Amino acid sequence: MMLPEWLRVGRIAGFVFLLAMFLSSYAFAEGPQSTPSIFAPTSTPAIDIHHLSLFVLEITGAIFVVVASLLTYVIIRFRAGNAEDDREPAQIYGSNQVELAWTVIPVLIVVVLFLTTARVIFAIQDAPMPQAALEVTVIGHQFWWEYRYPKQGLVVANELHVPLSDAKQPTPTHLKLLSADADHSFWVPQLMGKIDLIPNHPNEMWINPLTSGLYVGQCAQFCGVQHANMLLRVYVDTPEQFAAWVNNQAKPGMQDPSVAEGRRVFETEACMNCHTVQGTAATGRFGPDLTHLMSRDTLASGEIPNTRDNLRQWIKSPDSFKPGALMPAMQLSDSQLDQVTTYLETLK
Amino acid sequence: MADRTLPIDGSLDLTPPREGESTWLETLHSWVITVDHKKLGLMYMMLAIFFLLVGGGEVLFIRIQLAVPNNHFISPQVFNRLFTMHGTTMVFLVGMPLVFAWANYMIPLQIGARDMAFPRLNAFSFWLTAFGALFLYFSFLGGAGLYGVGNAPDVTWWAYAPLTARAFSPGNATDYWALALLVTGFGTLGGAINIIATALSMRCKGMTLMRMPLFTWLLVVDSGLLLITITPLTAAQVMLMLDRYLGSHFFDTQAGGQAYLWMHFFWIFGHPEVYVLVFPAFAISSEVIPVFSRKAIFGYPAMVAASVGIAFVSLGVWAHHMFTVGMTSAGNAFFALSTMLVGIPTGIKIFNWVATMWGGKIRFATPMLFCTAFLFQFLTAGLTGIMLSVAPWNWQLHGSYFVIAHFHYILVGAIVFNVFAGIYYWFPKATGRMMNETLGKWHFWLFFIGFHVTFDTMHFLGFEGMPRWIYTYPADRGWDHLNLVVSIGGLIQGVAVLIFAYNLISSLLKGTIAGNDPWDAWTLEWSTASPPPAYNFATDPVVHSRRPLWDVKHPEDPDWKYE
Repeated sequence: MMLPEWLRVGRIAGFVFLLAMFLSSYAFAEGPQSTPSIFAPTSTPAIDIHHLSLFVLEITGAIFVVVASLLTYVIIRFRAGNAEDDREPAQIYGSNQVELAWTVIPVLIVVVLFLTTARVIFAIQDAPMPQAALEVTVIGHQFWWEYRYPKQGLVVANELHVPLSDAKQPTPTHLKLLSADADHSFWVPQLMGKIDLIPNHPNEMWINPLTSGLYVGQCAQFCGVQHANMLLRVYVDTPEQFAAWVNNQAKPGMQDPSVAEGRRVFETEACMNCHTVQGTAATGRFGPDLTHLMSRDTLASGEIPNTRDNLRQWIKSPDSFKPGALMPAMQLSDSQLDQVTTYLETLK
Repeated sequence: MADRTLPIDGSLDLTPPREGESTWLETLHSWVITVDHKKLGLMYMMLAIFFLLVGGGEVLFIRIQLAVPNNHFISPQVFNRLFTMHGTTMVFLVGMPLVFAWANYMIPLQIGARDMAFPRLNAFSFWLTAFGALFLYFSFLGGAGLYGVGNAPDVTWWAYAPLTARAFSPGNATDYWALALLVTGFGTLGGAINIIATALSMRCKGMTLMRMPLFTWLLVVDSGLLLITITPLTAAQVMLMLDRYLGSHFFDTQAGGQAYLWMHFFWIFGHPEVYVLVFPAFAISSEVIPVFSRKAIFGYPAMVAASVGIAFVSLGVWAHHMFTVGMTSAGNAFFALSTMLVGIPTGIKIFNWVATMWGGKIRFATPMLFCTAFLFQFLTAGLTGIMLSVAPWNWQLHGSYFVIAHFHYILVGAIVFNVFAGIYYWFPKATGRMMNETLGKWHFWLFFIGFHVTFDTMHFLGFEGMPRWIYTYPADRGWDHLNLVVSIGGLIQGVAVLIFAYNLISSLLKGTIAGNDPWDAWTLEWSTASPPPAYNFATDPVVHSRRPLWDVKHPEDPDWKYE
């Protein structure tokens, strides 16, 4: 049987071509992307990892080309030609010199790869935290994210705001990773690789973002039925934007007498058992803090845009967006739904 | 050449008594009560192929769901159950039975023995595996328990704590998962003990350990690895059941238990398990590549040493599955190094296979096509493994579609390809009939193309940040086209497997008669009849080299002069 050689060669060429295409499309892309590619980093640890990955790709790519070419040559060169000729080829049982050669060369490659890898591991994991660093505690919940800024006294949900860092005067953000229930994993590829949030096992990571904008990612460790919709949004703000954001978040919830009915629904139905609105009687902690709900672009951990219709539908039936979410359908009447939605819309 | 008779010392060329006279029920009964290693081997094989089709069917639903963004083909609950069952099925009900299918059928034949060392233990192990499998799948009916929640387990095949605690997994689905693996685990232990005992004590005269076929060697090392690794898994399942029902708190994080502990238990089983599954693939290639290249295996002692080396190193790499769980920098560096070290003996194996082909006269019959593709795919899988061992890059790649692509390159590109090679190669021995070569070529090329369309593409989804275990994804992520391509590749593979199934059945009924030795091969199994008679050899064969049939066929230039 003739082996269609062009198919094999084509496969290798295709693989290399695809790889080149993907790498080049991201090499020139700058800033935040809607596709969270690991080849478009904009923050220090991700950039270091990116450089390391290109080095590893070069080495492994070279090994692939050499061995695959050898294999291809063998397939073409030593294919049985004449079926009538049933003499056996010369029998060769082995060679210690050859075995030694193809043992030593991989050993040397491993040494190089390991030293390069170890340097980056220690550089990232053992980097001291600068004085100017912002500290944020990330708490994973089924199926949303809680962010606490202990020094600023803020508690927010699902949309993380961090300041843009400057290469000369870095203001990195240090994240302490905790979990309230199952295991989760914090992964925003353009900023940093993922680190897991494990109950009873506090973890840390840091990011040093060098380009502002919105970065997306999502939970990367299976955490239950709605793992897929535990999306991450990280806003890298300019220092002015960030200061303004902190300033707004530090205020207590808006007290607007025109929506008193909605507030009464919120505080007398079960809403307040799970949700907090600063400055009111609502101090629940199972669900996201709603003090500044309207300052967020999305609902349901990044799944849907924060519009009145979506908000109302979410309160009416969370399962219609996120089947299996832990928030129950609240069985409110239509007028109660309108009132509480109107109330929540004032929480800017 | 197929009809060269092979009167090797002591072997018998008996045509087995046909079972045409017995009724259907008698035949079935004889299979249920059998302690014959060949029948048990075939039963393990049928079990594995059955669950390969089941697990493949499950993934078909998964791929339809993921073909387009925001799809509502199946619910998240069903999706999570399907991938949990897909993973559990493929590892425990396909990969593990395959180890024992090959070992049971081949080892006694290859070492010139009449049966395994403990035939009754053998049957017992098989039935434990089969009933464990039944138990796992019974969860679709019984998993809801009294709570009316869910049915089959939905905690991923890693079953990470604390998701398996009763607070997060009410109902009995997780219990079915844990107990089913406990039961099949005991079957596995019995099988592993049997293989080691057989190879150590049942070899025929003249067959020293260093004359044992590489196939047998690999499965013996494999069994040793199983004895070590199944134990922590079993222990962990017991601890999980204690947590769930007797109030212990090993993994119960809400009462101060450690999720971390489960991860270590699971991966000290889970990583060597990958090698357990892939060793039969190495074993098959180590037989097929020499025979179809018409050369002795290159560097037999190096191949044995590399196999033992891989098994040994594989016991010290488990935490490379845990680079993202927050180990110290020193811990991460250690496991990066130990993982990279696996590349050295693995490289030796690839080089030795290529050197075996070098200077040969390679015949690309269907078994060799699958093995050749395996070499390319195994090379690629090894290199993506090196990428994953680079801990900082692993922080990006872990838990993404890149990892899925990487391990399917092993599980499909290496293991399933070799299983197909092995079936085409030994089907004539087991049934007395050849498989259809034209259908075999169709099967190979379609499966090869489908495999690469699916799994090559998945690497790029990982680069683009798509995590595993998600039942849907937003439309604006840019993952939609590649996911569609992956799904199409899956369908192509499905068609190829159907062709294979058809080939299997039609060849069984009306394939051409194979004769004792259709491939002109060299190991002992080809010296006896096809299918081999009960007890294989009437008297013990005597061998003088690693390739006893080569010596018979080439008395002027026998192997034993060179070994």
